Amino acid sequence: MELHMSNDTNSSSGTRWLLVHTVAVFAFLYLPIAVLIVYSFNGEGVGGFPPHNLTFDWYRMLFADAAIWESVGNSVVVALSAVAIALAFGVLAALALDRAQFPGKALFRRLVLLPLILPGIITGLSLLMLFREADVKLSLLTIVLGHGTALISVATTEVFAGLQKLDRAQEEASLDLGASYWQTFWRVTIPNLQLPIIGAALLIFTLSMDEIAVSFFLIGRDNTLPLEIWGRLRRGITPEINAISTIIFVFSLVAIVIWYRLRVRTEGRPAIAELIEAAVQGN
Amino acid sequence: MFSRAYRAAVTVPPLVWVTVFLLIPYLLMFCYSFWSVSMAQTVVHSWTLDNYRELLRVNVYWQTLFRSMWIAARVMLFSLLLGYPLAYYLSFHAARRKDLLYQLVIIPLWVSYLVRAYAWKTILGSDGVLNTLLQYTHLSKHPLEFLLYSPFAVVLTLTHIYTPFTMLPIYASLEHIPRNLVEASHDLGGSPSQTFWRVIFPLSIPGVLAGATFAFVLSLGDFLAPLLLGGPSGIMISNIVVSLFGAAYNWPLGAAISLCMLVLVVGLLFISERLEKKWSFT
Repeated sequence: MELHMSNDTNSSSGTRWLLVHTVAVFAFLYLPIAVLIVYSFNGEGVGGFPPHNLTFDWYRMLFADAAIWESVGNSVVVALSAVAIALAFGVLAALALDRAQFPGKALFRRLVLLPLILPGIITGLSLLMLFREADVKLSLLTIVLGHGTALISVATTEVFAGLQKLDRAQEEASLDLGASYWQTFWRVTIPNLQLPIIGAALLIFTLSMDEIAVSFFLIGRDNTLPLEIWGRLRRGITPEINAISTIIFVFSLVAIVIWYRLRVRTEGRPAIAELIEAAVQGN
Repeated sequence: MFSRAYRAAVTVPPLVWVTVFLLIPYLLMFCYSFWSVSMAQTVVHSWTLDNYRELLRVNVYWQTLFRSMWIAARVMLFSLLLGYPLAYYLSFHAARRKDLLYQLVIIPLWVSYLVRAYAWKTILGSDGVLNTLLQYTHLSKHPLEFLLYSPFAVVLTLTHIYTPFTMLPIYASLEHIPRNLVEASHDLGGSPSQTFWRVIFPLSIPGVLAGATFAFVLSLGDFLAPLLLGGPSGIMISNIVVSLFGAAYNWPLGAAISLCMLVLVVGLLFISERLEKKWSFT
């Protein structure tokens, strides 16, 4: 609903100021992204104004670059495994929080949410110490464990919100009609939670693909994409990074549209805002 | 209606997993902070307060922690200043464009953190986009060197990254304000500014607190933006921790600093939650 306050000259100048501010903030948010895309086609490489010699050379270089594509493959494998772990434990944790009483429940809830709000370095280092003490060699597997654990919170928050709206009568009916808990879980509970689960999976996948602070400490021989990019950035500015970022940006746009459609179908509730609030408030 | 077995089946696996991969690692960090490193560079598992004495003794740790907090405070402030009016515009004035604008706020979050930080580097560098633009338009003859490799660059980049995160919870809390409260204020003769400061703003405080805490805490612990854009004057506390876990090889001291950060963060979350409860009207 829009509020009209235009009968007051003071407020209409206020509204104009607000509009200018909004445009300026969007410009600020999109400036680096625009630069990134424009300079991925710039023959002179990164920097220098105005951009000239439009070229696809950086994209050609990128497609010939085996190391980058290997890291993309690693990242996809890590993200898919993280989705599996986070969903498996996140859904159970949401059910536990919704339906069971156990000692330390409040602490458990806080603990699950902590990695969302803690700087990644703390979670990354504490896991590094665990793997060191347990004599586990660092590899993609340790990154998977890190991402999977840190992102359980996303699945739990989303699914828990879904459970609050779930009508338990359906599950009750299923149980009364002689279905086992196992059957009821797969045929009634999970289908009813389909949308929060898909939403959580997409969010976990994208967060894992971009994660660097935790991975930074758990990396073995094989790089994930953000770490591969990091390694190259440390060596200097490299235009093929603009090219890969542009490609990922386009893919992300598609993912966001899908994700947003899903959210709107559930009820258009801003999930990220809820995650932030849950993380800060611990519930 | 759920049997004991069902409740155990949903509770035990996540409980065990979270204990092994979250609780024990955080406790291990606590233990490490009381251990030490031998001359042969192995970790000695005997208890000592030396790491904490070292922290109190060496000024660099405190100075860097305070500098990090100062950087984080500026990021928080700027994110609020940019994010609040944006959220307000979307919630009260965007009308049919609301959904589109909301998506436009979300989209930058899907561009890699690292890549956006690096884009700022290409903008701010001495032969970067901004400096060459200034020279091209003859606004400046020489490149401005202070833009990159400074705390300014770190604050700018982190503000860019955390503004959407700050805006989202504020927007959510503005959306929850019943519109008839706002109308009632107008009808009872409240001016727009009175309506804002006495009705809307107090009701949006929970969102402000969530966004501010998120921006402060996550920029406090950042180590990538300072490494990419900070230069020597932009070093933050996490950079010290990274070097203690890397080249300097003193994990216990690094763990002690991390634990201080952890305590600081948990303390802030506690305060923020208290304030949130105080200002929550629902």
